[in-house]
Amino acid sequence: MAPPTRAGDYPFAPVDRVNAELFTLTYGAIVRQLLTDFEEVEEVNKQLDTMGYNIGVRLIDDFLAKSNITRCSEFKDTAEVIAKVGFKMFLGVSATVSNWSADGSECSLILDDNPLADFVELPDTCQGLFYCNILCGVIRGALEMVSMRTEVKFVKDMLRGDDAFEIRLKLLEQVAEEYPYKDDE
Amino acid sequence: MAATVYNLFVINKSGGLIFYKDYGTHGRLDTNDSLRLASLWHSMHAISSQLSPVGGCTGIELLEADTFDLHCFQSLTGTKIFVTTESGTPGMENMLRLIYELYTDYVLKNPFYEVEMPIRCELWDLNLAQLVRKDGKAGLTGR
Repeated sequence: MAPPTRAGDYPFAPVDRVNAELFTLTYGAIVRQLLTDFEEVEEVNKQLDTMGYNIGVRLIDDFLAKSNITRCSEFKDTAEVIAKVGFKMFLGVSATVSNWSADGSECSLILDDNPLADFVELPDTCQGLFYCNILCGVIRGALEMVSMRTEVKFVKDMLRGDDAFEIRLKLLEQVAEEYPYKDDE
Repeated sequence: MAATVYNLFVINKSGGLIFYKDYGTHGRLDTNDSLRLASLWHSMHAISSQLSPVGGCTGIELLEADTFDLHCFQSLTGTKIFVTTESGTPGMENMLRLIYELYTDYVLKNPFYEVEMPIRCELWDLNLAQLVRKDGKAGLTGR
């Protein structure tokens, strides 16, 4: 079969798939283990973010190689691509982009459905845990590799009783890919 | 038709050679030469994108010499993959994209590979050899 040509086609192309429940359960086991190891939810949130970051810096190339995405001209496009193509490709669901700040540097990614949290009920002892915090890290890591420094965090979490999952995405700085030419200075 | 790729290089975003391999008998380079060529190319590529009269240029994609062609692919993350081939070999653009896919699959997804470090992954070597040696048309037909 010819390789998919449009970005959105990829998710429907024949890729290797893994049972969704195995994925969900594996993630659950990781979070449980982190809770056991670190005991404090704040620390677990941080660890999940770091793990996600390490995934993101690798995953970005996979994303670029397989989605046929070219350079985004502005941050708004970037957010759309993450929501519509990125999430679809790796999580199987797409997100909605909304709540743009006036200067266009901050927005929300809203997920109505989140396979990571399918069977999860947070016990009272885990209040304060952002169960899916790994996603924030992935986005942050991926964007950093294409020269965007961002801050990514959950502001709404269905596991905490909110009506959706909302990830706040804030562009801090765009680092231009400049080479240090001016060696005479 | 025999393989027409002479050498393959991968350089990381800071210009370090992280992978080098020669295929076939022509144009073999020793370690020093491969390092020299890689860093030379990294700089030339950078300079070319600055000198280019065309706006938004991302650097040289193809260099044609008397005895070989050099095809270069740069990902948006700054990793460069380039090959030297027999003059006039077609379909290399596509082949470089496939090599990039192999790189993301067998190098970056290997949890024991350290990002930006020299590549020592057997699966990558194996799949790469298969792709490059398949035949002259490998680049045209895709996977």
